[in-house]
Amino acid sequence: MYKIVSKTTLNNTTDKMEIYAPFVAKNAKPGHFIILRVDKAGERIPLTITEHTDETVTIIYQKLGYTTSQLGQKIVGDTVEDFVGPLGQEVEIKEASTLLAVAGGVGAAPLYPQLQAYHAQGTKVDLVIGAKQQRYLILLDDYKSICNKVYVCTDDGSQGTKGFVTDFLKQHLKNHTYDHSIAIGPLIMMKHVVSLHKTFNLSTDVSLNPIMIDGTGMCGNCRVSIGDKTYFACIDGPDFPGEKINFDELISRQSFYTEEEHMCQLEELVSNDKK
Amino acid sequence: MIKNKIKMNEQSPKERTTNFKEVALGYTKQQAIEEAKRCLQCDSPKCVSACPVEIDIPKFIQQLTNNQFKAAYNTIEQDNILPSICGRVCPQEKQCEGACVLNAKFDSVSIGALEHFIGDFALKENYSPSHKITPVHHKIAIVGSGPAGLSNATTLTKLGYDVTIYEALHRFGGVLNYGIPEFRLPNDIINQEINKVKALNVKFEKNVVIGKSITIDQLFTDHDYKAVFIGSGAGLPRRLNIKGENYGGVLYANEFLTRVNLMDAANFPTTKTPIKTGDDVAVVGGGNVAMDAARTAKRLGAKNIFIIYRRDETSLPARVEEIKHAKEEGIEFRLTLNPVAFNGENYRVSTVVCQKMRLGEKDASGRRRPLPTDTYKTFKIDTCIIAIGQRPNPILSRANDQLKTDEYGRVVVNNHETSIPNVFAGGDIVSGAATVIHAMGAGKKAAYAMDQKIKSS
Ligand SMILES: Cc1cc2nc3c(=O)[nH]c(=O)nc-3n(C[C@H](O)[C@H](O)[C@H](O)COP(=O)(O)OP(=O)(O)OC[C@H]3O[C@@H](n4cnc5c(N)ncnc54)[C@H](O)[C@@H]3O)c2cc1C
Ligand SMILES: Cc1cc2nc3c(=O)[nH]c(=O)nc-3n(C[C@H](O)[C@H](O)[C@H](O)COP(=O)(O)OP(=O)(O)OC[C@H]3O[C@@H](n4cnc5c(N)ncnc54)[C@H](O)[C@@H]3O)c2cc1C
Ligand code: SF4
Ligand code: SF4
Ligand code: FES
Repeated sequence: MYKIVSKTTLNNTTDKMEIYAPFVAKNAKPGHFIILRVDKAGERIPLTITEHTDETVTIIYQKLGYTTSQLGQKIVGDTVEDFVGPLGQEVEIKEASTLLAVAGGVGAAPLYPQLQAYHAQGTKVDLVIGAKQQRYLILLDDYKSICNKVYVCTDDGSQGTKGFVTDFLKQHLKNHTYDHSIAIGPLIMMKHVVSLHKTFNLSTDVSLNPIMIDGTGMCGNCRVSIGDKTYFACIDGPDFPGEKINFDELISRQSFYTEEEHMCQLEELVSNDKK
Repeated sequence: MIKNKIKMNEQSPKERTTNFKEVALGYTKQQAIEEAKRCLQCDSPKCVSACPVEIDIPKFIQQLTNNQFKAAYNTIEQDNILPSICGRVCPQEKQCEGACVLNAKFDSVSIGALEHFIGDFALKENYSPSHKITPVHHKIAIVGSGPAGLSNATTLTKLGYDVTIYEALHRFGGVLNYGIPEFRLPNDIINQEINKVKALNVKFEKNVVIGKSITIDQLFTDHDYKAVFIGSGAGLPRRLNIKGENYGGVLYANEFLTRVNLMDAANFPTTKTPIKTGDDVAVVGGGNVAMDAARTAKRLGAKNIFIIYRRDETSLPARVEEIKHAKEEGIEFRLTLNPVAFNGENYRVSTVVCQKMRLGEKDASGRRRPLPTDTYKTFKIDTCIIAIGQRPNPILSRANDQLKTDEYGRVVVNNHETSIPNVFAGGDIVSGAATVIHAMGAGKKAAYAMDQKIKSS
């Protein structure tokens, strides 16, 4: 069992949680993730390690569906059943004097340790951060302390520029150039950012979030087509160069269990009603 | 003497396809003794040398006929700590039973079923392994809790070592736990057998991925282990490498079986990991894994399930009993066919295209080699489960470039020791996908090699 040592609410759908897990913390590096199971009947879900100490690991999760909501109900002192990691490949921090980072929604969480590493090596980082509305923006202050510039976009215009990050980027890239870029967010956002950046000859790394079970290369659920090759995101990734990824296939695979996920949430609503 | 073996009671096909309970119901005490009496007690028993761990088969059978159940258990346990498991899943017809002299004229002795009986009896009566332990106070770390790791741990513990098993998943047993379905090997049996290993004072740590959570170097430097055994298995699905393989609805047997066995998806939504098959399910492959996947799909409610295999029926590598059970349960066999493409819309599979094969000369495996023809067949499917083999798990070798592997990714060993001094390995990670009892044999032999190395240094 793994104890929750601190918990902060970032916004009404997103929490930050620090968990005591020395075996995970010891070797954690930017790009690594964990897999957790809240209780014995639970599903195994992957979440990125955003920070760590010698003995604890911090995760930031958006309460999207059943498991993340169930996790959100846990308080400091509670435990989660299983917590394994660090999984995946450490991200390669490339040589770049200027970097464009793009975050969408909760993608701002996995991006954070990577930008910290870029900042630490002296790269000048500009961040474009997007969310549905102002209240879904996370980690703005943390980013302001490590980025050269932070540009905010919201779908409804409640903060920063109104519209998608890609709308903003189309204009922005006309008079700004960068050595390299990273985009982390929903698959559909990453797909569009990568294809836009291609037109500006800007390379883009992305972090993929396919459905995973074991995270050790055993099941093959997390596979992704890149060019004419297949990769397992859990052991080969989750970070990859974005240009040759078949995003449409991945989007289809990711939504394979949408109906069932919905069922789980309904169950929870019903059982909460009864309480 | 009774010429034919005593048949074990089974759940009827109609009944069992509606549940995940064990198909084979095991011998009663009387049946076991009857069957045991069929053994001729050969002077130089062929069965023993055909068992990869060389259990003294005539001895335990003799004890069984004399009603000495505890003694019979202790005879087996000397060489095999998991009799309830091996009695159920060993490919006996290729091993012990295949070599039994009775085969010449009659049925062989049902050695597996007798071992299954004694193993279960020992669990029920809570018999413990017999041994005196003289502690030697050296710490050993084991990577993986599959049959190789369990057998290595038991042997080393009996030799006096202080042993810890690290397992990447949240439950112990390796493939026994996440791969082989409940209707062949109930979780309850695995847990009880593992509890016996725990009772010997072997420590078990779940959720630790060696190479990630703790590196091999750190096991020596930070945790003071004297030697390490790698039993990390063959958990990497082999791919068909054909068009559409990454479509939704096409999955590897490992994913399918893990959802059901490890995550209990059959009880969704009470448990939270979903699974779905649709009506038409193709399973590619002809081994135990393919049979397990097909029969699991049946129990999940799929209507038309068929095996696609590129050779003929006599070449099917699965245990004879599994093939028989699969047929009884209505699994169809579409043979000498090889999948060449998946089609579908929006990246969801809807058909599989297969090339008809013809059989040529015998190949290295002694079976006739399948050769392509110009004929193709297309089947409508909702799901395709690929079960064409496993390759060694790559996590450790990637995390440690000093760990030498061969072109197939198998860890290279010399007298059970890897290219890293004091790091040993055995089981599927060394041999490639094999059997439970081969993995156990390797774990045990490696334990003796480890003991020798430690004592001589
Ligand atoms: C390597 C990696 C890192 C991730 N890092 C973060 C992070 O730092 N913060 C964060 O909020 N989210 C992260 N995610 C996504 C997170 O895993 C999903 O949001 C979570 O699984 C949703 O589970 P749920 O039961 O709450 O929602 P559900 O209702 O079950 O599903 C909602 C969405 O999550 C996806 N999903 C469901 N089950 C899984 C699963 N077992 N594995 C992966 N995806 C699944 C579904 O396809 C769907 O799009 C990451 C995913 C991956 C693969
Ligand atoms: C579906 C299926 C059916 C089968 N049926 C039969 C049968 O009927 N009869 C038979 O004899 N054989 C059968 N086999 C084969 C048999 O199960 C294997 O040969 C045997 O389990 C191999 O044992 P092992 O200990 O080498 O590895 P495994 O059983 O694979 O165990 C390896 C363990 O190591 C863990 N691990 C891997 N990497 C790490 C790491 N870095 N750190 C920590 N832990 C790690 C894994 O999670 C796993 O639990 C079947 C296999 C499958 C898949
Ligand atoms: S361990 Fe397997 S091969 Fe050996 S005697 Fe038992 S059933 Fe036969
Ligand atoms: S070969 Fe057959 S008959 Fe002879 S000892 Fe072994 S089991 Fe008994
Ligand atoms: S999550 Fe199972 S192989 Fe990647």
